[in-house]
Amino acid sequence: MNVTLTVNGKTYTRDVEPRTLLVHFIREDLGLTGTHVGCDTSQCGACTVHLNGDAVKSCTLLAVQAQGADITTIEGLGTPGDLHPLQTGFWEEHGLQCGFCTPGMIMASAELLKHTPNPSEDQIRHHLEGNYCRCTGYHNIVKAVQHAAGAMQGASQAADD
Amino acid sequence: MSETRTDKYFGQALKRKEDPRFITGTGNYTDDMVLHGMVHAAMVRSPYAHAKITGINTDSVKDMPGVIRVLTGQDVQDAGLGSIPVGWLLPDLKTPAHPAIALTEANHVGDIVAVVIAETRAQAEDAAAALEVDYDALPAVATTHAALADGAPLVHDDVPGNVAFHWEIGDEAATTEAFKGAARKVHVKLRNHRLVANPIEPRASLAQFTPAGGDYLLYTTSQNPHIHRLILAAFVMSIPEHKLRVISPDVGGGFGTKIFQYQEEVIVLLASRLIGRPVKWTARRSEAFVSDAQGRDHDTEAELAVSEDGKILGFRVNTHANLGAYQTLFAPAVPTYLYGTLLNGVYKIPAIHAKVTGVMTNTVPVDAYRGAGRPEATYLIERIVDMAAHELNMDPAELRRQNFIQPDEFPYQTPVALVYDSGDYEPALDQAMQMMNYAALRDEQARMKGGKKILGVGLISFLEACGLAPSALVGQLGAQAGQWESSLVRVHPTGKVELYTGSHSHGQGHETAFPQIAADELQIPIEDIELIHGDTGRMPYGWGTYGSRSAAVGGSALKLALQKITAKMKKIAAHLLEASEDDIEHEGGVFRIKGAPDKSKTFFDIALMAHLAHNYPADLEPGLEATAFYDPKNFVYPFGTHIAVVEIDTDTGHVKLRGYGSVDDCGPLINPLIAEGQVHGGVAQGMGQALLEEAAYDEDGNLLAGTYMEYAMPRADDVPFIQHGHTVTPSPHNPLGVKGIGEAGTIASTAAVANAVMDALWHEAGIAHLDMPYTAEKVWRALKDARGSQPQAAAD
Repeated sequence: MNVTLTVNGKTYTRDVEPRTLLVHFIREDLGLTGTHVGCDTSQCGACTVHLNGDAVKSCTLLAVQAQGADITTIEGLGTPGDLHPLQTGFWEEHGLQCGFCTPGMIMASAELLKHTPNPSEDQIRHHLEGNYCRCTGYHNIVKAVQHAAGAMQGASQAADD
Repeated sequence: MSETRTDKYFGQALKRKEDPRFITGTGNYTDDMVLHGMVHAAMVRSPYAHAKITGINTDSVKDMPGVIRVLTGQDVQDAGLGSIPVGWLLPDLKTPAHPAIALTEANHVGDIVAVVIAETRAQAEDAAAALEVDYDALPAVATTHAALADGAPLVHDDVPGNVAFHWEIGDEAATTEAFKGAARKVHVKLRNHRLVANPIEPRASLAQFTPAGGDYLLYTTSQNPHIHRLILAAFVMSIPEHKLRVISPDVGGGFGTKIFQYQEEVIVLLASRLIGRPVKWTARRSEAFVSDAQGRDHDTEAELAVSEDGKILGFRVNTHANLGAYQTLFAPAVPTYLYGTLLNGVYKIPAIHAKVTGVMTNTVPVDAYRGAGRPEATYLIERIVDMAAHELNMDPAELRRQNFIQPDEFPYQTPVALVYDSGDYEPALDQAMQMMNYAALRDEQARMKGGKKILGVGLISFLEACGLAPSALVGQLGAQAGQWESSLVRVHPTGKVELYTGSHSHGQGHETAFPQIAADELQIPIEDIELIHGDTGRMPYGWGTYGSRSAAVGGSALKLALQKITAKMKKIAAHLLEASEDDIEHEGGVFRIKGAPDKSKTFFDIALMAHLAHNYPADLEPGLEATAFYDPKNFVYPFGTHIAVVEIDTDTGHVKLRGYGSVDDCGPLINPLIAEGQVHGGVAQGMGQALLEEAAYDEDGNLLAGTYMEYAMPRADDVPFIQHGHTVTPSPHNPLGVKGIGEAGTIASTAAVANAVMDALWHEAGIAHLDMPYTAEKVWRALKDARGSQPQAAAD
């Protein structure tokens, strides 16, 4: 059946099997392979994207359920020449090793910072408990989010001045 | 051209060169690969731990949408494929056959009995689920205890008694003698339970056979693509080695479990050959749980002889290691040479004797998982040393201190074969105790005694042997592989440089650390240097990444190749400057005549002339590249002291890891940011074993924790910030002085966190030992039992 949705600002219409998960649609139909699959049970968070502004695990819904939605994936968050502050934070603070969980971590963190611009360590850890990382022990991931929060606050203060 | 510079890159906490692709979602993992005409494989896996396969009705799915072909064990046999081999042979080792697809018998839940190839992954999985397979279930054994019982069912008919090997090390008579005179004999019976490595990227493979040239291409999630090529070509598939190219692209974590040769890689290669199209398989997580080699699983009884004043006199160990249903690549080495040889720890122990029995069971195969044998040894000795301290009423730190091998005793020959290269254990202990405020923690513990919350402090001093390894030595011990490493340095006419290594990065930051080494040696900007790895078609043979070997062995190979480059560049510089080679110095990024600083040539000048060869030494080959192979003289021996602090809620038994401090010594750090990151992740994995993770099986061999819903790994709110310090004791025998750091965190932290929990329970309730993982229920029950019937009595 047909599904039409917007991903990273571009509108796509595709004919999909009704059972196609959103994550497989993003990866296989659209070729946006930055969104990863790490489990079958919606525990790992590697597939986290933004759907109408909210962070969702794209393995938990069907592509057809995203009909008409506005989706942002890691590829739409920032580019090498124009990184999102979270991407910069993860880079600066060594918040990644193998990189596989990283897109999901960054997308989940972006939602946190949208609602909680200056999160405490506990708030960051609590918010990210739906995302597994097996490499970093989360130490530098937490620091990366703190780094980004600081940068975004600095930027918004500068904009206010 | 780039401006030359002389900054010292080695030792700088540079952010990683590889990160831009990962943070923007443009990494390239195996499952991201698409080849024209690609089809998909789905595995049909045994639901039984042990069963005869009595029939497979391939017709039952042949008309399903998209189905191209069903493969069975018969196809594997018809193709003449060999058994997947074991890479480390012990004397009298029994090695049951391990076919790519089981033909007559499935030996663990998840063993592959058939494969469906279909146009799409969903179609392949639909048909795999629908395929009619008839089984006769057989009795199964899941534990070493069950497998060794009288009359136990045999996993394999050709492994009598389910015993794959008996192995021992040390001096039994001397150990018996040491125990005779000992004032105290501390005894423990413990289980080091089974784990699943769980890199977040599931394994995946994509094969393409090109009939015209008879060429095979395999993309696969591997820590060591050359080993895969060698095994597949020479032992399993009978493909000429030069006709198989194995590419291990970005790999999402390994932790040991992506070292081994698996069935699925053989299957996609065979399937691609049979149907003439590229074939991809990507594991679902639930498949990974029953097909990735698992870790640990020891049942051990041990005894430590100590004097009344805390001097360790002797140590004896009897371990039963559960190997699972088949022996994968390093399986026999892990509970023997990577375990028994580490039982000396950091102490002067006059006599040690260890026996290990390798036991086959109807469970997923067990092989190297981060640390591989060393965490098991460290847990055992550090646990029993703590028990000794408790029994003797000594501070665990002081008991350790008085038994340390002293700095002037290196190289140190242990009673269990190893010769430690260098070490200085006391400064690391002191630094860790100071960093964590150890004395204050003990006061706090005393104050909290009897309260709702109690405190435990786990201190361990550890050592590990890594940087695998001298080839001749491991060959004597049974390895069917060399353990040197290669590096190729290629300087282009424009002065840009490519480095090639046989090591592989799946998160370790090679693409930054290796160029840091090269930028210093070549005295050029790091931006002009790129590391290439993971492709048998591009780099010289190498043995890959495991055993914390990349920096010590691969980095050393790189250093030697770089020295060949600069030596040749000096010759060219001497010619261009019309000077003697002995008068040329390489400083400040240029080659110049000593004492005549205005007469110099840049790196670019010489790189270009090496390629133009217009004005060139007559007796020198043109071009500028060099290959080096480095075989280490010994293992390297990183060490340190880690301290874990836990709080236990006595009402619920919940254990919270409140603080963690590590002081590590891995020699000079190439990149402190990367090294500390390795420790953070390693510590989290080790604490996962102590508090959360367990691959539990029922007695019929069913894995009870088969998804992330049942298998608990540390999440962000389970782990505190890790406090980190380091001391620097270089290895005396490799050109960089570096030791390994990839596994140290895991080797140390399981023991540290376990000791912290037991320290709390000992001080609170006199409980000498409990087995991990310390789940709330287990801790609550133990406290309840120890205090009588009222778990909350102490709070009154």
